[in-house]
Amino acid sequence: MADIVEAKGLVKRYGKVVALDGLDLTVPQGTVLGLLGPNGAGKTTLVSILATLLQPDEGTANVAGFDVCNDPEEVRKRIGLSGQFAAVDEHLTGFENLDMVGRLYRKGRKASRDRARELLEVFDLAEAGDRTAKTYSGGMRRRLDLAGALVAEPPVLFLDEPTSGLDPRSRTGLWGVIRDLVARGTTLLLTTQYLEEADQLADDVVVIDHGHAIAHGTPAELKTSVGGERIEVTVRETGDLPSAQTILTGFASGEISIDEQRGTLIAPIAGGVPTLTKALHEFEASKIDLFDVGLRRPTLDDVFLTLTGHVAEEAVSEEADGQKSEEMAG
Amino acid sequence: MNSLAVAFADTTVIAKRNLIKIKRVPEILVFVLLSPIMFVLLFAFVFGNAIDIRGLNYREFLIAGVFTQTVMFGATFTAAGLAEDMQKGIISRFRALPMSRAAVLAGRTVSDIAYNLLSLVIMALTGLAVGWTIRTSFGEAIAGFALLLLFSYAISWVMASIGLAVPSVEVVNNAVFMVLFPLTFLANTFVPSNDLPGGLREFAEWSPVSTVTQAVRELFGNVPANAPEPPSWALDHAILYTLIWIAVIIAIFAPLSVRQYKRLQRA
Ligand SMILES: Nc1ncnc2c1ncn2[C@@H]1O[C@H](COP(=O)(O)OP(=O)(O)O)[C@@H](O)[C@H]1O
Ligand SMILES: [Mg+2]
Repeated sequence: MADIVEAKGLVKRYGKVVALDGLDLTVPQGTVLGLLGPNGAGKTTLVSILATLLQPDEGTANVAGFDVCNDPEEVRKRIGLSGQFAAVDEHLTGFENLDMVGRLYRKGRKASRDRARELLEVFDLAEAGDRTAKTYSGGMRRRLDLAGALVAEPPVLFLDEPTSGLDPRSRTGLWGVIRDLVARGTTLLLTTQYLEEADQLADDVVVIDHGHAIAHGTPAELKTSVGGERIEVTVRETGDLPSAQTILTGFASGEISIDEQRGTLIAPIAGGVPTLTKALHEFEASKIDLFDVGLRRPTLDDVFLTLTGHVAEEAVSEEADGQKSEEMAG
Repeated sequence: MNSLAVAFADTTVIAKRNLIKIKRVPEILVFVLLSPIMFVLLFAFVFGNAIDIRGLNYREFLIAGVFTQTVMFGATFTAAGLAEDMQKGIISRFRALPMSRAAVLAGRTVSDIAYNLLSLVIMALTGLAVGWTIRTSFGEAIAGFALLLLFSYAISWVMASIGLAVPSVEVVNNAVFMVLFPLTFLANTFVPSNDLPGGLREFAEWSPVSTVTQAVRELFGNVPANAPEPPSWALDHAILYTLIWIAVIIAIFAPLSVRQYKRLQRA
């Protein structure tokens, strides 16, 4: 399938900070690419370049057949963008927000209004549609912002951390909406800090750190390399370790690792919470006194640990963030 | 649609959006309307009685100065509005749309005329209530108000450029105050320019702030009968000179701020 988004050797510097450091990336038409990376990795910078908001210092990018630097106007006609922070006009109602975007896409008066109502319906905002966006919850603003990106039914969509800051329920709701979009053939580039989100939505995942890609693969490949979910159990008495190990062996899908010092056992499993519950019943039946127990799913940190041998370096991005806020302050 | 029609249509959409905000946040209006009333009254009753300038009717002399100062500060709305939209990410949304690249700025400057029109009306009514008189025809008076609005429209484009360059609403307000405050005082707004010390006096005699004030005084018939000959060509041809400044300011700052908008380095 043809690549509808194609970036080659993108470099973007902010003073001394190198936000993108020679990034290559392709998104085949009709697929979802998840761009996974910690805070400060360069996700927003990349999306901004692809959406023609920023010019790269080096490298080229093509979106829907047009060069983002030479033909930005043509690119803008074919993309939808929902930025990292919901950019809705809070003094306008939900309807007015969408109608305004429709008019700016040069839809006629009626077409623009009809589309606004239709989107409010799709995004479960019909009832709140005539209230000002000021009264909306975080989740509602996010949905309105996303709806704004879809007004012109663009073939390519960029979503920058669409669910960050949302409660789990709104997050799952938004995932559903995004899946529906993709099912209708939209090409999507989505950035996220959550491995789980990439797993839920993306066909392919690119992991970025300090402005370059450090891994590329399907979510399944990524998870396999990192390890799937596991039960972590800590016993109160180290004497219980052998019997605890015997119980976990019945559930483990691989080798169990034991930390004698801490009294902790880690067992890879399949089956999630039900499996954990069954295991707990057996611990209780055997009267083993547990100090701590939990189900762990791999996170971005685990990905980084596996890929780079260290967790994502927040320190570096914090320092950079500091510089950024200084610059912003004048 | 050709690009001019597109720009016009988009500008209308943006201006409408800005005007809705006036309707939704009426608190803003309180300041837009109260501070001009306050200025007119303060100047009329505090300075108007305290300052005595060679027999001229100081209240009448002052009102054009207060008008000029208020519409200049009114243009600050342009900078503050843009800075706010930028902070909230709304500008980024607009910049990713296939819309005219001038419309966000043009829409903003156009809708800010509404603020200034409103405050002019309020000031004029207050002024009339405390003894200001228009001694010319209706047409000339309208021309006086139109000139003030045009002048503030030009200042709005300067403000657009400042608003795009400065990172936050607070900084905008301080930056603008620093520039506008001296400009409005180093002029014939509140005292005749020939009362200023040398150096400052020449500056004031050629400042467009002085000439717009002078032009408005002429159009309202508020130039004292015993006023000395205008001391500079600029003041002698106040209307023409002001119109030239308006044209030059717009010709420089409109393209400049559109260029800034296109090249914004913020995601
Ligand atoms: N306008 C800016 N000025 C200075 N530094 C910036 C600016 N925008 C981003 N950065 C820096 O560039 C790096 C990448 O930022 P960003 O693309 O926002 O990362 P992410 O979206 O992955 O969190 C960070 O170190 C960030 O501090
Ligand atoms: Mg980001």
